[in-house]
Amino acid sequence: MELILEHGRSERNYWRDLWRFRELFYILAWRDLTVRYKQTAIGVAWALLKPGLTMLVFVGFRKITKMSVTGVPDPIFVLAALLPWMFFSTALAEAANSLIGNANLISKVYFPRIIIPAGAVVTSLVDFLITLSLLAVLLVWYQFLPGWQIIMLVPLVLLTFALSVGTGLLLASLNVKYRDFRYIVPFIVQFGLFVSPIAISAADLPERWRFLYSLNPMVGIIDAFRWAICRGTPPLDFTALAMSVIITAVFLMLGIWFFRRTEKTFADVI
Amino acid sequence: MSSAIISVENLGKCYRIRHQAEGRRYVALRDVIAEKAKGVFGKLKFGKQKTEMGNAGAQNPFPLSKSLLSTLPASEDFWALKDVSFEVKQGEVVGIIGRNGAGKSTLLKVLSQITEPSEGRVTLRGRVASLLEVGTGFHPELTGRENIFLNGAILGMTRAEIKRKFDEIVAFAEVEKFLDTPVKRYSSGMYVRLAFAVAAHLEPEILIVDEVLAVGDAEFQKKCLGKMSEVAKGGRTVLFVSHQMAAVQRLCSRGILLTKGGVVIDGNVEAVIQKYLNTADTMAVTLLRDRKDRKGNGRLRFHAVSMHDALGNEVPSPLCGKAASLRLHYDSDYPSEVHDVDMAFKLRNESGGTVTTFANIPAGQGRLALHKRGYFECMWPKTVLRSGSFVCALYCAVDGEVCDWMQDAFTITVEDGDFYGTGALLSREHGDVLCEHQWLSHSA
Repeated sequence: MELILEHGRSERNYWRDLWRFRELFYILAWRDLTVRYKQTAIGVAWALLKPGLTMLVFVGFRKITKMSVTGVPDPIFVLAALLPWMFFSTALAEAANSLIGNANLISKVYFPRIIIPAGAVVTSLVDFLITLSLLAVLLVWYQFLPGWQIIMLVPLVLLTFALSVGTGLLLASLNVKYRDFRYIVPFIVQFGLFVSPIAISAADLPERWRFLYSLNPMVGIIDAFRWAICRGTPPLDFTALAMSVIITAVFLMLGIWFFRRTEKTFADVI
Repeated sequence: MSSAIISVENLGKCYRIRHQAEGRRYVALRDVIAEKAKGVFGKLKFGKQKTEMGNAGAQNPFPLSKSLLSTLPASEDFWALKDVSFEVKQGEVVGIIGRNGAGKSTLLKVLSQITEPSEGRVTLRGRVASLLEVGTGFHPELTGRENIFLNGAILGMTRAEIKRKFDEIVAFAEVEKFLDTPVKRYSSGMYVRLAFAVAAHLEPEILIVDEVLAVGDAEFQKKCLGKMSEVAKGGRTVLFVSHQMAAVQRLCSRGILLTKGGVVIDGNVEAVIQKYLNTADTMAVTLLRDRKDRKGNGRLRFHAVSMHDALGNEVPSPLCGKAASLRLHYDSDYPSEVHDVDMAFKLRNESGGTVTTFANIPAGQGRLALHKRGYFECMWPKTVLRSGSFVCALYCAVDGEVCDWMQDAFTITVEDGDFYGTGALLSREHGDVLCEHQWLSHSA
């Protein structure tokens, strides 16, 4: 085995190395999960409490504004949208901070750096799977049986995953270079909550605003989640979903490209 | 193809130093925007507004004058490594020596793929494992067992490999009882032992090690050194960086001395260490001529102090365990003949405690010849001082009258060395001096 190190040469071994370091990937994801659930006293309960309480607030909002006319119990209607949003937002925030949080590793050991933000997204995915149990409880409680559409959750989760990785990589590398992204990311997450169809459905918006609204890639995804869980109501907006797929693809490529371009300098600037 | 396992050709690593960013650790986007905005608004502003201009601007008497500003470069290239070339053959153990900032760590970072070279090329013909820090990635919340797997994976071991060596690692670290305790409850000694144990069981063809022996107690350091020489004897190639000359001396057959990013000398380890001691950037001679804080009648005045090795060469610092001599250079207006001289210098350690005093009268050499210009020489057949700095007070009386007396006259900096010739490394906690002694066992 011969390895040549030269300026601008790391490309060639990259994907092979990524495969070689797959165990590190599992173990870092496992570390983050173990530590998370060891550190917080109430552990798993916390992962359920957060979406649970947020859901109550949105359900209250729908009651006050008298919007609940969809034929789907409000908690399910809200939670079906809240879960993908929480997955995306935690994944984004965790990925964005992941490199900084692992600065000691980056400056002391070699491995394909993409493992770290990707691992952070995987950790958030596990959290998401745990929160799905909350949804299961609600479905049983309201005796609400989802239709065939539920199988579409699988590709939808993958789509959310891809979007999280794309945007996460982008923000993670920007965060290494410009440290004030630390303040920008929470704002993106908070702002995103308001411009995503969680308490409402995108279908509640006037037609002429729909396209602009669906520029937020989470709009198509969230509505599709709700459609998959709530027996196809409200009906699927294919334009919005197609927009999400396109924007996700763009972000994923942009994220990987930008990350690959900047990662060589991480150890120098972190 | 050469037979070398590592070939480094004209390696260079350049860092860009931003002058505006001085005092700021990180670049912030708002600063970048602010800089850009300044560029636009700068043309429109006239004197009155005093904006924050960063350091470059603040030192400038005309902060808004663009022509003056532009004479200060916004950033500057700094070559941490430049034109470094060497080859290492399979099974060689090479010590890399140099002062802080000489480029040792950068070299290791390039070799371990953490950072990319700016120019030149490195060819590695074997699996590399680098140990730049003990316990990289250890997580305090995880148990010893969990951390072994985590750290092993970080260092590039597979799960199967770690499992196979698990018992060996635990035995080496001596933490059997605490395997399921979070490492945050470990004593620092246990922590370091566990961390080193994982690293010691790596089986790469090339092992790169940086300063890991700077931690841990003496007993454990010895164990580590033993393990490392075992690794080296097993035919593996080792690159070893340390400030402890004793460790380098013991482990390595070959040394490479780096200064300011370049290779100064590459060869036999003894010769390289000697060169390192001679080219240190601390001064070999302390000048005392202009000191005002002195007492005494001034008929004899010290003007310089210099340190020498066994051969009489000027050296900045003696090596612990090796012969050295201190020369105290003076001018005097006493008649050039033998006088009653009372000559002493007292050493204080870094915490201010007196370590010892070297004086001629108790040593039975109270009568010394004086010259118009000369030096007293204090010979140490074997330097007993431990590595570190010792501040010395200097005193001299001739025929019962104090001539020259200075507190904090000069500092002796001692380099760590193999005092007992056994390779044992003793940490500073054991005291400031070492003594030759013997151990015997008798029946009573």
